[in-house]
Amino acid sequence: MDVINEKVNTITSKAKEDRFQGHDYYQIDELLQDEHLLAREAVREWVKSEVSPIIEQYAEKSKCPTHLFKGLAEIGAFGPSLPVEYGGGGMDEMAYGIIMQELERGDSGIRSMASVQGSLVMYPIYKYGSEEQRRKYLPKLGSGEFIGCFGLTEPDHGSNPSGMTTNLKDDGDAYILNGAKMWITNSPVADVAVVWAKDEEGKVRGVIVERGMKGFSTPEIHGKWSLRASVTGELVFEDVRVPKYNVLPNIASLRGPLSCLSKARYGISWGAIGAAMDCYDSALRYSKERIQFDRPIGQFQLTQKKLAEMITEITKAQLLAWRLGTLANKGKATPAQISMAKRNNVEMALKVAREARQIHGGMGITSEYPIMRHMMNLESVVTYEGTHDVHLLITGMDITGLNAFA
Amino acid sequence: MKILVCISQVPDTTAKISFKEGNTVFNTDGVQFIMNPYDEWYALVRALEIKESQGGSVTVINVGPAENETVIRKALAIGADDAIRVNAVSSSALFIAKQIAEVAKAAQYDIVFTGKETINFNRSEVGAMIAEYLDQPYISYATHLDLQGKTATIVREIEGGSETLEVDTPFVISAAKGLAEQRIPNMKGIMTAKKKTLKVVEPIAFDDISFPVRYELPPSKAGVKLLDADNMEELVRLLHEEAKAI
Ligand SMILES: Cc1cc2nc3c(=O)[nH]c(=O)nc-3n(C[C@H](O)[C@H](O)[C@H](O)COP(=O)(O)OP(=O)(O)OC[C@H]3O[C@@H](n4cnc5c(N)ncnc54)[C@H](O)[C@@H]3O)c2cc1C
Repeated sequence: MDVINEKVNTITSKAKEDRFQGHDYYQIDELLQDEHLLAREAVREWVKSEVSPIIEQYAEKSKCPTHLFKGLAEIGAFGPSLPVEYGGGGMDEMAYGIIMQELERGDSGIRSMASVQGSLVMYPIYKYGSEEQRRKYLPKLGSGEFIGCFGLTEPDHGSNPSGMTTNLKDDGDAYILNGAKMWITNSPVADVAVVWAKDEEGKVRGVIVERGMKGFSTPEIHGKWSLRASVTGELVFEDVRVPKYNVLPNIASLRGPLSCLSKARYGISWGAIGAAMDCYDSALRYSKERIQFDRPIGQFQLTQKKLAEMITEITKAQLLAWRLGTLANKGKATPAQISMAKRNNVEMALKVAREARQIHGGMGITSEYPIMRHMMNLESVVTYEGTHDVHLLITGMDITGLNAFA
Repeated sequence: MKILVCISQVPDTTAKISFKEGNTVFNTDGVQFIMNPYDEWYALVRALEIKESQGGSVTVINVGPAENETVIRKALAIGADDAIRVNAVSSSALFIAKQIAEVAKAAQYDIVFTGKETINFNRSEVGAMIAEYLDQPYISYATHLDLQGKTATIVREIEGGSETLEVDTPFVISAAKGLAEQRIPNMKGIMTAKKKTLKVVEPIAFDDISFPVRYELPPSKAGVKLLDADNMEELVRLLHEEAKAI
């Protein structure tokens, strides 16, 4: 009987097995280096062994698999393109993009955990922090000992962060911080927060707020139907005394947070391809296995149209990401170019997810398949780090020289 | 301990298999390659564990073309110290064993690891042939390996059970499931691997004695049979009589 049970168990676990295979219709792999291919394979293996087996359950329960922070750190997903001596991976921007793609192939929430830690917390401390701040925080963030979050958005200031009201008042050797931040990824589990606030001159400053500082709390936001495996919350500051040496010395404008967002958005433009590829991969396989009218549904022209358009759009997005990665490696990717890629690729992924769901028929709405999870996740991805429309207006401003926000 | 681990490159388990040139050559078009899992998960990792606990070095060797270097770099990323690639294309076990033995003879390793088989040709021959060329003991299908000084206690798979034996270094061993657990390389490993030495050596001349005549694909699988979940007896009967799995 034991033998039978074992056989039955392997059969059922086989059905749930993550059979994802990458798709490279235009042989873009030939444009990548060994280290990129190895990074992709390693993260893919990690996702298959650590994320895929548990992600549906966590997403269903709306619970964050916080144990994965350590795993993400061990694999090297936090700040891969930052220098090694500051807890990064010493890799190039292409590698960073590829890592984000593979994480998001697993789940956008897991990718968000890594994006925030690496690009929105480690990066500003590295770029704008003092040497002392770098040494104090970066190795701990890189190793996952500390979890970080990034506070820019406020309840009344989302697309328009320059209107922020969170503020700093000089009080001798410290600043008094007041205000509230909203929609903050990782906030309820964070040890440190990089918070953007206006000083008395109205300049935007970055401060490192640590859990335990008096007057600082991080209530969780409940009821999300998207990024359910990633925890989101508020940051509330009630007369929090932040020592002056916790202020990032080398930036005093909105350019600070925006440069972080450029980094993270660059990663998202790759990440979205991962989610799209997972949906396409599942739909392609399903279309060959599902029989209706005595033939695989993949034989119907309408199914083929969906699949063909999906791989066409994925391929275009891959080329965009690859070119953007090449520019980023040379330090030449402009924020407007990044906006274009983020906007295009996330929308592409949403469309692919919707079409893939149709190909799966009724099965497509269940957690047997990753499609609905990706689709719901992508509704956040299309909104955060600059909404779909805001990125369009950035492109518009870039090409016309006329500011639609003013 | 000075250890050599033989690694080979095999088609990914999901690859579509076909042949060309009158079914004499494997068609690699569109095929993605991986490191042979028995080499990667068990042989290499056990070798690294031995190095970590007792010191020494782990070298990996592959007989193959330059395209195999991605897989070799992966072995370095997982933790091998350096690598050797014998620059030749061959699927002949005897040729490959001869080339590896040639390198091993000169460098005098305490242990030479192989996987118990490659997942493409499933021949389980290379290890035994290397041992023969080196005139060393060969222990196949090892699931457990303990070292005390020069003496190794090895448990190996045998039909329906296991066998435990003792052997002194130097020896050649083939690794089976259970010998170690897979290690996924991290980004740090991948970056350090770039700086490790990958030496390319030319093969020695060798006249092979066997040649593939023809490959054939297995007959395509029959459809799936669905049974009522309560019908355990029928399931047992089918597994026993038709699938011959139990
Ligand atoms: C799951 C999740 C995680 C997040 N994580 C973080 C985080 O870690 N840190 C952080 O700081 N923020 C985070 N955010 C916040 C996110 O960046 C904001 O939600 C986003 O910037 C949009 O702001 P808003 O929600 O206030 O929408 P609004 O700005 O109110 O936008 C509402 C609508 O109005 C449109 N709109 C606004 N202005 C214009 C305009 N000028 N022209 C045309 N249309 C316009 C928008 O495109 C949108 O469609 C997160 C959000 C989500 C959903």
